Amino acid sequence: MTLSPTRFWAIARKEAIQLRRDPRSLALGFLLPVLLVILFGYAITWDVDDIPTAVLDQSRTRASRELIDAFRSSGYFTVVETLERPDAIGPLMERGRILLALVVPPDFAEDMGGESPASLQALVDGSDANTASIVLGYTRAVALSYSTAIAVEGQRVALPLTGESRVWYNEDLSSRNMIVPGLVAVIMMVIAAMLTSLTIAREWERGTMEQLAATPVHRLEVVLGKLAPYLVIGLIDVVVVTLTGVLLFGVPFRGNAVLLMILATAFLIGALGLGMFISAVAKSQVLATQLAMIATFLPAFLLSGFMFAIEVMPAPLQAVTYLVPARYFLVVTRGIFLKGVGVEVLRVQGLLMIVFAVVGLALATRIFRKRIG
Amino acid sequence: MGNAMVERVLEMLRKEFRQLFRDPRMRRVIFVAPMIQLIVFGYAVSTDIRNTPTYVVDHDRSQVSRELVDAFVASGYFQVVDASERPGDLVRALDHGDAIVGLVIPKDFSRDLETGQGASVQILLDGTNSNTALVARGYAERIVASFGARSAERDPASVLALEERAWFNPDLASRNYNVPAVIGVIIMLVALLLTSLAVVREREIGTLEQLRVSPLTPGELIAGKTLPFGIIGLADLTVITVVALLWFGIPLRGSLLLLVLSSVLYLLPALGAGLLISTVSNTQQEAFMASFLVFMPVILLSGFMFPVASMPEPFQWLTLLNPLRHFLEIIRGVFLKGTGIEHLWPQLLWLAAMGPALLWLAARRFRRAD
Repeated sequence: MTLSPTRFWAIARKEAIQLRRDPRSLALGFLLPVLLVILFGYAITWDVDDIPTAVLDQSRTRASRELIDAFRSSGYFTVVETLERPDAIGPLMERGRILLALVVPPDFAEDMGGESPASLQALVDGSDANTASIVLGYTRAVALSYSTAIAVEGQRVALPLTGESRVWYNEDLSSRNMIVPGLVAVIMMVIAAMLTSLTIAREWERGTMEQLAATPVHRLEVVLGKLAPYLVIGLIDVVVVTLTGVLLFGVPFRGNAVLLMILATAFLIGALGLGMFISAVAKSQVLATQLAMIATFLPAFLLSGFMFAIEVMPAPLQAVTYLVPARYFLVVTRGIFLKGVGVEVLRVQGLLMIVFAVVGLALATRIFRKRIG
Repeated sequence: MGNAMVERVLEMLRKEFRQLFRDPRMRRVIFVAPMIQLIVFGYAVSTDIRNTPTYVVDHDRSQVSRELVDAFVASGYFQVVDASERPGDLVRALDHGDAIVGLVIPKDFSRDLETGQGASVQILLDGTNSNTALVARGYAERIVASFGARSAERDPASVLALEERAWFNPDLASRNYNVPAVIGVIIMLVALLLTSLAVVREREIGTLEQLRVSPLTPGELIAGKTLPFGIIGLADLTVITVVALLWFGIPLRGSLLLLVLSSVLYLLPALGAGLLISTVSNTQQEAFMASFLVFMPVILLSGFMFPVASMPEPFQWLTLLNPLRHFLEIIRGVFLKGTGIEHLWPQLLWLAAMGPALLWLAARRFRRAD
C-alpha cells in the first residue's frame, strides 16, 4: 500500500477531534509549560547572597572588628546574630537560622602581628553542599583579600598577581538564563511523551484498537496521523515558552529562531514517537504513565545536564546520558539562546535530532506491525 | 458490623492489587524501577565541581606559566583538555562546549610577576551553567591569588589561616544531601500517579457504576482506592531507604522511628492529592496531566534542588503548603543532623494536618459525584 495524504489527513483529523472532546487535557497541554516557565523564572534561583551569618568575636580588638567589617562590606554576608558563647552556634545552625558562623579566637590580634598566622574559624552548614561550597568560596575570598592586603603592605604593588575573570554567554551568571533554555528541552520531552503515551494504550483499553486494525490504512499513516496534532501542540508550546522566557524574564535569544524551530520539530517527532512506542508496549494506561515517567521525565530532568553537570557524573552514568536525547537538544537550546551559535557548531546535535526522529518513528511503526496488520 | 466492614475493605484491596498486578510488568515497574532510579539519580544529583574541562592559551610559555597551569591541574578542580596559542581556538572550544573554562596567560607574565610589576591572567568562563561557572570562578581566582602570593615578602597564609569546618556533612558531599531528597521525590511520584488513576480508570471503563451499586459504602470505597497505594508507597519507601543506606552509605544519625512516622504522614497528602485528582478527572489522560501539574510545583518549591531561603517571600509562604518541603526538612534533618522530634514537630504537624484535609476534600467530592 502506498502512502496517501488523504488517509493520513483523515487519521490526523480523527485524532484532533478526539483531543478536542477532552478540552481539559488540551488546556493542560498549554497550561503546563507556561506554569513551569513562570515557576522557574520567578521562584527558582541558585544565586546565593545575604548569607545569614553569626559572629563570635572573642578577641574584641580593632583588628578583629576590621576583619568582621571586611565581611560585612563584601555584600555577601548579613550578620544576623552577634554571639557571646560558642555553644550558641549549634542550635542556631540546627534550626537553619544561620548558614555560617565566624569565630575570631581570643589571641587573634597578637597572632596577627607575630610569626605564626592568626586564625579565623568558619563554620558552615554543610547539609546543602552546593550552597555550602558557594558560602565557603566567598568566605575564602574575603579572608584572602584581607590577608593579602596586610601581607603586601608597603610593597610597590598592592597585588602581585590578579586573575581577571570574564564570564561569557551569561555575563551576570543568572541561574534564570541557564534554566529557561534548558526548560524548553525538558518541557518538550515531557509534554510530548505525556500527550502520546496514552493514545494507543487508550485504544487498547477501550477496545477500539481492533477497529483501527481493521481500517485499510498503512501503519506509517496511522503513526504520522496520530502524531500530527500533538506535533502542532508541541511546537506552539516551544513558541510560548521561548516568548515567555525572552519577554517576561529577559533571557537573551542570540541565535536563529528558524533553526530552533527546525531542530525542535525533529526532536518532537522523536519524543512523540517514543511516547507512542511506550503506549503500544504498555497496553494499559496505568503502566504507560509509569513507563513514560521513568523513560522520559526523570532522565530529561536529571541526566540531560539541565541542572546537574554531566562532566562530574561517574563515567558509567556519563555513558548512560548519551542515550538521553534531551541531552543533545539541551546543547541546541543553550547554544541558540545564549551562545548565538548556528549550524556550524550544532551540526552534530542536529544530525542526532534527525536520527532520534527516525528512531522514534521506526519504533512506533514497528510495534504496530507486530500488533496489527 | 465492624468486622463486615473490614471484610469488605480487604476484599476491595485484594481486587485492586489483583487488577494492578495482573500485568507482571507492573510489579517490576513499581518495585524494581524505584531502586534503579535511586541508584542512577543518586549518582546524577551531584553539584560538586571536579575536573572542569579547561582550555589553556599560554602566550608566555615559561617555566613559571607552566607552574601556574600545574597549580590548576593539581587542585583537582580543573582538567586541561587542550592548549593552543591562538585565542580563536579558545573561542571555538567554548562555543562548541568542549571547554568550560579558558585560562589565558599573557606574553610577559613571568617577567611581570618576577619584577613585581603586577601580572595578570585572564579566566574565561562559559556561564551557560551558572552554577558550575560560579563555583569554578571561585576556585580559579583563589588558585591565581595564592600563586601570586609566592612572590610576596610575606605569605598571606602566614597572616591569616582560615579554618573551615562544615557541619553535618564534613566532606561537603552533595550526595548526602540529595539522596534523601530523591527518596521523597520518587515516593511522591509513585503514590500520586497510581492514586490519581485509581478512580478515573473505573469511570473511563464504566465499572464505577458497578462499584457504586455494590454494598460498599463510599468511605469503604475510598479506603479501597487509597490503601493499596499507601501500602505500595510504604513498601517502596522501605526498599529505597535501605538502598540509600547500604549502597550510598548515607549516614542515618537520627531516629528510625521518627523516619517511619514521618513517612506515613508524608504519604497521606500524596494519596489525598491523587484521589482528589482522580475524582475530578474525566479521563486518565487528564488525570495524568493534572498529577503532573501538581507534581512539578511540588518538586520545584520543595528545596530539593533550590534552597527555599533564596525564593522570593510569597513563594516561601507557598512552600508551607507543600508536603515535600516539610518531608525534606524532616528526612534531611533525621539523616544528616540527627535532629529529633523537639525540632521537627512543626513539620510533622503540617504533614499531619495536610493529609487528612486532602483526603476529606477528596471524599466529599467523591460523594457529591453520586
